[in-house]
Amino acid sequence: MMQFDDPKFRVKVGLAEMLKGGVIMDVTTAEQAKIAEDAGAAAVMALERVPADIRAEGGVARMSPVEKIREIQEAVSIPVMAKCRIGHVAEAKILEALKVDFIDESEVLTPADEENHVNKHPFTVPFVCGCRNLGEALRRIGEGAALIRTKGEAGSGNIVEAVRHLRTVQRQIKTLTILDEHELMAEAKQLQAPFELVRWVAEHGKLPVPNFAAGGVATPADAMLCMMLGAESVFVGSGIFKSSDPAKRASAIVGAVTHWQDPAKVAELSVGLGEAMSGLDIAKLTPEEMLSRRGW
Amino acid sequence: MRCGVLALQGDWAAHIGALERAGAAARPVRTATELEEIDALVLPGGESTVVLRLLEREGWMERLVERLRNGLPVLATCAGIILLARDVTPEQPSFGLLDIGVRRNAYGRQVSSTIVPVRLSEAFAGPAEMEGVFIRAPRIERVGPGVEVLGWRGDDPALVRQGAIVAATFHPEITGDDRVHRYFLDVAGGTP
Repeated sequence: MMQFDDPKFRVKVGLAEMLKGGVIMDVTTAEQAKIAEDAGAAAVMALERVPADIRAEGGVARMSPVEKIREIQEAVSIPVMAKCRIGHVAEAKILEALKVDFIDESEVLTPADEENHVNKHPFTVPFVCGCRNLGEALRRIGEGAALIRTKGEAGSGNIVEAVRHLRTVQRQIKTLTILDEHELMAEAKQLQAPFELVRWVAEHGKLPVPNFAAGGVATPADAMLCMMLGAESVFVGSGIFKSSDPAKRASAIVGAVTHWQDPAKVAELSVGLGEAMSGLDIAKLTPEEMLSRRGW
Repeated sequence: MRCGVLALQGDWAAHIGALERAGAAARPVRTATELEEIDALVLPGGESTVVLRLLEREGWMERLVERLRNGLPVLATCAGIILLARDVTPEQPSFGLLDIGVRRNAYGRQVSSTIVPVRLSEAFAGPAEMEGVFIRAPRIERVGPGVEVLGWRGDDPALVRQGAIVAATFHPEITGDDRVHRYFLDVAGGTP
């Protein structure tokens, strides 16, 4: 496919490739960014408030203040990501001007456009976007996303939604691989996804860009579960800095992503971490309270 | 020959694919035991600080350095070359086995990442250039007397060899061109 031969797109996906097997951590200050880097984070996500606080405090959640992003860029040598609101092309342009290494067009922030996501192709900076299913993943890739993550349910400390999204994407990918070529257009219609991308996935049996997990990871076991379900890396938001011992928990989650095939090792890593963040029962959230419903 | 790829973090799976295309069986290395079961090693791309921290925690970094010092053939790309270099700027711990000086992220942040041609020395058959995928890449700023330069990005050395060490500042593993992996397998003595 043309998109995948384009050097500009390949360079974007290239950075996502380098982040595989790593952990990307939400941070709100330079101090937190240093803790994350020292714990072995492969990248940090600069934001104003972690999702759990956005959820608790309400109000409009926007792109992080510029000085905060700069402070974090100066504090660490690993890649720095930042979030823009869904469809907020101006925030995206500003983040690119700040030379962040990746933009997360994220449902965690209050959407700026209820119909359209950013056209990510013209940007030099790569984008990561969330998804709940294959159709959503392929729509975002069609718009130019170089990395896909599950939406999960950010700030909930509950892995159930990330598991649902990982399993859904994997099941839908497998389904495509067993369909007859004559069935692919109808399936593309069903998935509401670009046909060429549907055909690519049917041929290759995987997403054309790396596939990471996010939304609700709070323990090394949560991270291990995501890897078992086919994620290639894990984003951790509130799970680290809302726990009682962030440095230790961050380092344990990093270890769990490397050694997810070794349960005895993850057991050892899970010793003495203190309290995990307190979680939310997803069933008790109203549809309006579910961040994963933002975007389409 | 048993070829291993350090699989703590990064694009190690891409290296396994490239080695297999070049005709070698390859396996991930995550433990001290797995380190003993290989005759050649790849240090993949990723974040050098992450790999360093994981290695320190794993408790077998000294053994890895000992094996490398004893001549374990090694192919390093991007983050891997930073681990091997004698001098790293800004300063960061490294194995110090490859007599070069590198500057991390010397070409800038991700917006400066690019695909440009790497001009190859006569050590390589086929086209005189190969695709150089540079992702937040380091730059080789000094090359010691025992180091042979095999490829250049403009005037900058981008692919070097010192004995059984082959190292690149770019990512041959994510292009379809496996000549660097084949060259490494020749150096390691593993091709039939």
